[in-house]
Amino acid sequence: MTPDTTGGEITIASNDDVVRVRQLVRTAAAAAGLSLVDQTKIVTAASELARNTLIHGGGGSARVESAARAGRRPGVRITFTDDGPGIPDVDQALTEGWTSGGGLGLGLPGARRLVDEFELRTEPGAGTTVTVTKWPR
Amino acid sequence: MDRVPILKIGAVLLVSIQIDLEDQTVLALQEDLADRITRTGARGVIIDITAVDVVDSFIGRMFATIAAMSRLMDAETVVVGMRPAVAITLVELGLSLGGVRTALDLEKGMRLLGVAVPGADGR
Repeated sequence: MTPDTTGGEITIASNDDVVRVRQLVRTAAAAAGLSLVDQTKIVTAASELARNTLIHGGGGSARVESAARAGRRPGVRITFTDDGPGIPDVDQALTEGWTSGGGLGLGLPGARRLVDEFELRTEPGAGTTVTVTKWPR
Repeated sequence: MDRVPILKIGAVLLVSIQIDLEDQTVLALQEDLADRITRTGARGVIIDITAVDVVDSFIGRMFATIAAMSRLMDAETVVVGMRPAVAITLVELGLSLGGVRTALDLEKGMRLLGVAVPGADGR
C-alpha cells in the first residue's frame, strides 16, 4: 500500500519508527474528520501499541487504513503485527498495572480504553496482532 | 537523534519541547537536565509542553522521573502548557501524573517556583 493521507504501512524496527507511526495516524485521523480529542486518543493509543510491537514483539509493522461501516462516515483502523513470542496470558496482559518488565503496565489496557474497537490475536510462538478502530462522532 | 535545549533563567532551567519526542531523546534529556542542575545549582525546572500534541505513557513517565530526580537535587519541577486534549487522553490512559506539579502556562509556572515575572506587577 502506498502512503497517502488516509493510510499506509510502516515497518517498526526502531524508536524513530514509533514517531513515524504517530505522524501517519495523526494525518489519517485528521483526514477522517475525528475531533481533536479523538485524534489525540488514537495517536496516543497507536504510540503505546507501536512501542509494544518494538519492545515485546521484537519489531513488526503498523498498517493504517480507512475503516468502513454501513451508513456511517469511515473511521481509522490500525493493525499492529509482529512475529515475536506472542502473549502467553492475554487476560493478564490486559490487566491494569501488570507489566512484563520495565513499563507501567498501561500499554494494552490503556490503549484499549482510548479506542472504540480493540481486537487482540496472539498465540505463544506465533506473534501478536492488535487491531484498533476509532469512529468519527 | 535530536537534543532538547535547556535554557537558564536565573535559578530556573527552562525546557521547551518543540519536537515529536523519540524515546532516545527523552532519555538524553533526563541526563542533560541532571547534569545542568548540579552544575548550575538551579532551584527549579520548567518543562513547557505547549507544542506537544501527544503524551504517551513513556513521555508521561519522563515527567515523573524528572520531577523525582530534580527533587533529590533540591529543585522543583513544573510542567506547563498541557493541551486540553492531552490532559483528557492522559487521564483515560490511566496516567494522572500525581507527583508532578503543573501550571497552565509559563508565567504561572514561574510564579509557582517563586520567580518574579518581569512586567507582571507581582500579580
